[in-house]
Amino acid sequence: GIPIRTTLDNSATIPYASLLHQLTMKTRSIVRDIDPLDDLTFLRIRSKKHEIMVASDKDYFLIVIQNPCE
Amino acid sequence: VGHPEIFPLVFTTKTQDIFNCRADEDVTEENCFKLIKKEDIIQDLKTRDAISDFHPVKKIVLEYPGEELLVVFDAKFQYGQNFYLVASEEAKENLLKPPETAEEEKEKEEKGEETLEVHPYKPPVHKPWVSLGSEKEVEEESVKEAVPKIKYMISRVRRKFGAPITFTDRNASHVEDSYVECTPYQDKSFSIKMLEKDLGIQMVPKLREASTQTKWTYPKNAATQYFPRQLSNEEKEESLSSKKLKEFLTSVHLRMEIALQQNEIMNAFFDDWKALAEDERSSAGKPYVYLKAYQSFTNLHYLKNRTISCICWHPTIYGIIAVSARGQLSHEEQVNLSDKSLLHQSFIAFWSFSDPLHPQLMLECPEDIYCFQFSPSDPNIIAGGCINGQVVLWDISQHEEKLQNAKTVAEENEVTAVNMVNASVPNILQYIYLSVGENGTELPLVRYCAVSSIQYSHKKTVTDIHWLSDYLEENRMGANAENRPETCVQLITCSPDCSILFWDIPATRLPQQSSSEKTKEDIFHMPPDVPDTSKHLDLCWKPLTKINLHKSAINRDGPTRICLREMHYHYKTSEKVKSLNLLELLNKESPYTETSPSSSKNPKVLESISIDFFVGTEDGDIVYSVWKVDIDSFAAKPVSQKHTQKYTIHSEAINTLQKSPFFKNIILSIGGQNFAIWKEGVTNGPVHQSSCSAGRNTAGQWSLTRPGVFFIGRDDGNIDIWDLTKKTYKPSHLQSISESMITFISPWIGSPMQHFLGVSDDLGVLHVLEICPMLSYPLTNEYANVLDYFEREAKYLKHCEQEFKEYQEFQSK
Repeated sequence: GIPIRTTLDNSATIPYASLLHQLTMKTRSIVRDIDPLDDLTFLRIRSKKHEIMVASDKDYFLIVIQNPCE
Repeated sequence: VGHPEIFPLVFTTKTQDIFNCRADEDVTEENCFKLIKKEDIIQDLKTRDAISDFHPVKKIVLEYPGEELLVVFDAKFQYGQNFYLVASEEAKENLLKPPETAEEEKEKEEKGEETLEVHPYKPPVHKPWVSLGSEKEVEEESVKEAVPKIKYMISRVRRKFGAPITFTDRNASHVEDSYVECTPYQDKSFSIKMLEKDLGIQMVPKLREASTQTKWTYPKNAATQYFPRQLSNEEKEESLSSKKLKEFLTSVHLRMEIALQQNEIMNAFFDDWKALAEDERSSAGKPYVYLKAYQSFTNLHYLKNRTISCICWHPTIYGIIAVSARGQLSHEEQVNLSDKSLLHQSFIAFWSFSDPLHPQLMLECPEDIYCFQFSPSDPNIIAGGCINGQVVLWDISQHEEKLQNAKTVAEENEVTAVNMVNASVPNILQYIYLSVGENGTELPLVRYCAVSSIQYSHKKTVTDIHWLSDYLEENRMGANAENRPETCVQLITCSPDCSILFWDIPATRLPQQSSSEKTKEDIFHMPPDVPDTSKHLDLCWKPLTKINLHKSAINRDGPTRICLREMHYHYKTSEKVKSLNLLELLNKESPYTETSPSSSKNPKVLESISIDFFVGTEDGDIVYSVWKVDIDSFAAKPVSQKHTQKYTIHSEAINTLQKSPFFKNIILSIGGQNFAIWKEGVTNGPVHQSSCSAGRNTAGQWSLTRPGVFFIGRDDGNIDIWDLTKKTYKPSHLQSISESMITFISPWIGSPMQHFLGVSDDLGVLHVLEICPMLSYPLTNEYANVLDYFEREAKYLKHCEQEFKEYQEFQSK
């Protein structure tokens, strides 16, 4: 994925964009394999340090990275 | 046979007579040649014809080309007869000649052998085949038909051709004599042994097919370099404004908002199990002993009638504590310095865990040390403040190794321990200079390497000494430069004579010098292991700058403790002047340029330094003020009167003023019968204040690991452990450590498992206690909770103040 607009610095944006793009594609294919009429709307990844949220569409996707409250 | 030109002849006696070749008369064995004319032979043949001896060779004679024929007498019957005829001229010549040639050759050989006969090369002459009887063998072996073949012709009678035929069967064995049998039988008389058998053998090699396949892989380096695709700015702009993106955002926006809200409401990462476990640990199983006695250090000789004034743990080496001892003098005596006995030698002793009876190292001091500190950047430099106001500096880099290997010395010293205790030597001075023990282990005594000049030092006891770290830099814009780990080179001291002095370390005292000659310690003279370069600084060391609190009307009595809040260096950027350090500017002789930290980016000129600090006084006042030191005028003055605050909470002199290691703006002050916790910025009063207790609090420190725990020592030898997370109105635990007053407390983290607390008392004993895990490891969220508590208290204070104001206003109406 090519980032269009970002609030992070460049070195952080590019890995997020490319890796999450691949993951989103994979997830979408999983969802559609199970039920062809279904489609991926939202993807949330929770890790120790952050929560990553991805909202996806046909052409674009929006990534939000959040720190969880202590 | 053999030679075709030789024909054997039989000569009768008559013939011999005719031709005059009678055997043994005319021709002998030696002289066997006889030449007979051809005409004679022909005539003989004509006359006697058939009976002539020459008859068989008649033809040859007639064909003979020459005139004379050679007849040779064959005495030995070489060719079968007594005479033979030589049929050719050539042979005749050969026969006649060779004996001569042979004789000639022999003669030649006898005469001279120098002449070599060169035989010209004669190619091999084709000779006719001479039969040697092999054609006979071939004839015998070849197979020929020996018997002529017999032919039989059988035919039927003509008239029977074409007639109908009837075939019948007839068994041959029924009719007798219808056939003749010839059965084989073994003939006993017949025996032929097969001697030879012809066999044919053919050799065929064994054929086998085999194949291998090899895989030849050789390592090959392959690399790819890639960079991510990026859109140009115009493309980005285009995409951003496109309709599709707008649609996408509107559709997605709601989902994202829901998710974010969920996160805000609840923390999904919260681990309930873990939180449960934490509470379990704190409530169940209270440790019986909170501070476990680990070790005690004392020495009857050095520390007799002494009290320990300050404890410092060695920053890097595990298990080394330094204590400074001073005389147990009452307050009045302390003031009167002339009462000091000459035998009273002052020192700082280094203890190691491995040896509780003998100190590892002794630092010689000119006077009793009231307080001292290890330099944070180099643990080998120690600065101490004396009772008479001087500041002393030591360098123990030569003994660093010894301190690190302190464990090995313990066993050796045990033998001498008995001797030490039993001996009674009143002259302490002498003892310090004598070596300890017969094993040759010496107690090293390190002389101070720099002491300040009496004229410029404090007039009263140096009560507090701190090293300044040089990291906080601020330029005019207010942006913070990055923290650089720098060598600490500046000291700040305060004293009850109402002055605060700034000192810098003499440049020659830097660690690079420590590798100078290590001469053997000569115990009867002053040990020369102190680098010579610093000798000139003895009694010449001057402070950099001085803050005279006397000028301010607020302070009447001198400060006993100082707690530095922040130091800001204000620079003025200029191109010409190179970057500087505080010291360089003020002490121009100091050759500090090589080692001083230089901010390489912008050459700056130091304009002024602003310092905010808390000061605790002898009277129990806490003063907070902001001072500004102008470099040019070399005078320090308070920034503004407004900023100076004074609080009178304590009844006696402040003995502890310490910043919390966790919170930058929380300070603990201990003095007299109560203690207080202050938060910077809160000017109405302390955030936490304890009630007056029966006894006096004499020492105290924050815990290094738990934000809400601190230890307070009392004059009855107890230690109060305060845990703000549990109870804020009284100590959570009391423990009795010693009989006499606690003079100093110092916590230390020896290892992640071992947390120590060094406690010294009035009798000169240093107790090292191990802090139980409950007091060592912070609870989850303890930091947040304690911070919360302080904030709440601050708010409450503010609220109280406001209420008070309102009340006053109300009252005035």
